[in-house]
Amino acid sequence: MAKIQLTINGENILADEGTSILEAARDTGIAIPHLCYMDNLPASGSCRLCVVEVEGARNLVTSCTTPVAAGMVINTASERVINARKSIIELLLSDHPLDCMTCEKSGRCDLEKYAYELGVAESRYDGARHSYPVEASNPFFVRDYNKCILCGRCVGACRHIQFIEAISFANRGFDCKIATAYDRPLKDSPCVFCGQCVESCPTGALMEKSRLGAGRTWEIEATPTVCSYCGVGCNIVLNTVNGNIVSASPLPEGGVNNGRLCVKGKFGWDYVHSPERLKTPLIRTGEKGEGKFRPASWEEALNIIAEKLSATKSSYGPDSIALLSSAKCTNEENYLMQKFARAVIGTNNIDHCARL
Amino acid sequence: MTNSISEIGQSECIFIIGSNTSENHPVIALEVMEAVKNKGARLIVADPRRIRMTDYANIWLRLKPGTDTALINGLLNIIITENLTDEDFIRDRTEGYEELLKVIKNYTPQSVSQITGIPADDLRMAARLYANSKTAVILYAMGITQHVGGTGNVIALANLVMATGHIGKESSGLCPLRGQNNVQGACDMGALPNVLPGYQPVGDDAVRGKFETSWGVKLPSHPGLTLVEMMHAARAGNVKTMYIMGEEPALTDPNSTDVASALKHLDFLVVQNIFLGETGKYADVVLPGSSFAEKDGTFTNTERRVQRIRQAIAPVAESRPDWSIITSLSSKMGYDMPFTHPSQIMKEAAGLAPIYGGISYERLESGGLQWPCRNLEDPGTRYLHQGSFTRGRGRFVPVEYQPANEVTDEKFPVTLTTGRNLYHWHGGSISRQSPGLAEICPEGKVEINPELALQLGCITGDMVELHSPRGKILARVEINEKSPPGIVFMPFHFRESPVNRLTSDALDPVAKIPELKICPVNLRKVE
Ligand code: SF4
Ligand code: SF4
Repeated sequence: MAKIQLTINGENILADEGTSILEAARDTGIAIPHLCYMDNLPASGSCRLCVVEVEGARNLVTSCTTPVAAGMVINTASERVINARKSIIELLLSDHPLDCMTCEKSGRCDLEKYAYELGVAESRYDGARHSYPVEASNPFFVRDYNKCILCGRCVGACRHIQFIEAISFANRGFDCKIATAYDRPLKDSPCVFCGQCVESCPTGALMEKSRLGAGRTWEIEATPTVCSYCGVGCNIVLNTVNGNIVSASPLPEGGVNNGRLCVKGKFGWDYVHSPERLKTPLIRTGEKGEGKFRPASWEEALNIIAEKLSATKSSYGPDSIALLSSAKCTNEENYLMQKFARAVIGTNNIDHCARL
Repeated sequence: MTNSISEIGQSECIFIIGSNTSENHPVIALEVMEAVKNKGARLIVADPRRIRMTDYANIWLRLKPGTDTALINGLLNIIITENLTDEDFIRDRTEGYEELLKVIKNYTPQSVSQITGIPADDLRMAARLYANSKTAVILYAMGITQHVGGTGNVIALANLVMATGHIGKESSGLCPLRGQNNVQGACDMGALPNVLPGYQPVGDDAVRGKFETSWGVKLPSHPGLTLVEMMHAARAGNVKTMYIMGEEPALTDPNSTDVASALKHLDFLVVQNIFLGETGKYADVVLPGSSFAEKDGTFTNTERRVQRIRQAIAPVAESRPDWSIITSLSSKMGYDMPFTHPSQIMKEAAGLAPIYGGISYERLESGGLQWPCRNLEDPGTRYLHQGSFTRGRGRFVPVEYQPANEVTDEKFPVTLTTGRNLYHWHGGSISRQSPGLAEICPEGKVEINPELALQLGCITGDMVELHSPRGKILARVEINEKSPPGIVFMPFHFRESPVNRLTSDALDPVAKIPELKICPVNLRKVE
């Protein structure tokens, strides 16, 4: 691709033709504040926070929608730019709950971040405020449109990343909000609960229920791993606080899934903390199939199994024993299970649910 | 898969057959949708049901269930008749083409149209689109394999890709979408009755010799029993003891009443899992395993990519990672497995399975690796069969269409087909323990067409009884237009409506895969 030369904040740089000012700046390490722009989505320029000054242009331009041009001289932090950004943040704050001390997004909220960076503590504007009921009717996430800044990232994520179109902008002016058709609950929409909208939300408007009251963002430890459901093998991050999983997210980009997940990867991990988990070894006390057991120690359970396996093997031969390994377990566990079958028991009666 | 997930999106033509991709492999479905919507790829979908992927298809081939071989042979017939084959590829890379021609010539558009119910013109359009594209991938899943003629279906597809040269290059190939998260890895690691890790046959003396030296024991040379055969043998009293790790055969196996009776019949049963499940109820001893979040290890996905999973939390309660349970048990039985971390196990496996030779935890830190990855310098393999096939030349094997084992009749006039849905997984033993997934999709409904609903006199929400030659179950009705009137669909995730009580365990004679996709049933509304 052809390279063109331009100047950003006094520095000469080369950028690919066709890239936006925002991307070109980012490539040279200059971050331009933005709210509605998101990678992998068409840029709309609607939040206007990413405005920059281009020499020769009368008005400030939105850097996410303006392509670079040869010889452009750009200033991303002039006084005029900073004042414009401050006004935008002030306007947004004038209709925002400002309950950062209890908000689950605090610490990872873009609005909070830019308010801090621009030193906007309060709003000069005093106008009407929304008071929407918080929608919590689906099991996975809450939608608190009082915190919505109408950036439209969720709409774009739903439409362009998940190809669903469960939500869009509804109404005009002050009544504009993100909604499903006829503003029905998500459960009655085409929504597939992939959580892509939650991932894309820059504020606390869309929030996983599992995060509510589960710890502050700065307490979260992130462990990159792989989804445990299907063979796609999406790369996920398990977020934990004090040894409990509080949410899962896709790795932001790259890997197998390039920032996408389905409902199982995003929300289906919570079986891990199910009260139904087996907690100790068990020994059957009732009839087969009845489900009556008593707890046992590992020592006792393993001793019984070792004895029984040895006894069966010596009375009836190794092929009277059959073992099922698991397509849910790790490679290492499958390796050991077949090794156990072949080397310890002495049978090739080893299989798993591959065919089902 | 012969190719990588990221190659699907670069392909000119995507042909989906027997895969309800958006429900079963959702993120791969997104890759396909993106290719169609944003990159100009063409999509052919062959499916009896109006699944979501058909909304994105340029051509939808609505075939009658179980007629896949006829369809594929029919496409080949058109491609051959219209000279759309890749002559160079056939000459340089394959053998047996003459034999193929003899069989394919009978699959004329007219006769195939009759068998499959697809208009002959649609067959022609699809054949031309597939053959004329520069790159083309075929995605298939259980809809192809879970038939008595399942192996035949796969061979027929292999014939198709070879005749058109759509294999062995970037974005062209044959891609089985594997179901479970690590079904690929379980196979790779030799959790199969006929092969040791890395698909090395147990019957091969040199292979066995290598493992015997490493493991220090003599190994059995005759292949063992498959899962379904194990259940038959347990009922017959030939298998006395079973050890089941992380599986739920009492729910997911065909003809599951027989599985229950097989498990009851055993002298001794060990079940090791994270939940008790249905299978656990028959166990003499139950061992609590740890979930994926509680241990280190690797999974291998459907594109052969070995990826690290990492421990995020401590093992829940007294549960232990499955690998450490096996090592403890093994040493109790007098065989030492001195592993203290899964990385050491991978090291041993990599030393014995050449296709995993270059896999190590250090390398996996910077991302997954796709096998074959033979040594530490090998970057892994994005697509298979470049330049040559594993056996040298690719062999065309003619396959004849074989009608389903059981067909509908007066007593059982409707075809039941089974599968999964987006919100649950397999026997539901895991997904149904997720409160959210359980709430959003609480029960297994039988999906029926409005016309059939009218005949039965039922509306969405009514209960019906489904009968097959093997049993009966109750299920709630959901009316939609996905299936034609003669077909009903039901997911197999729900033990309250255990659909596998109805299905047959008639096996594909080669792959030993049961015919889960076709089962004649009869429906009756219950008040
Ligand atoms: S969860 Fe997914 S489908 Fe539902 S609204 Fe959000 S992005 Fe759209
Ligand atoms: S997130 Fe969905 S598509 Fe990805 S691996 Fe998990 S179950 Fe499969």
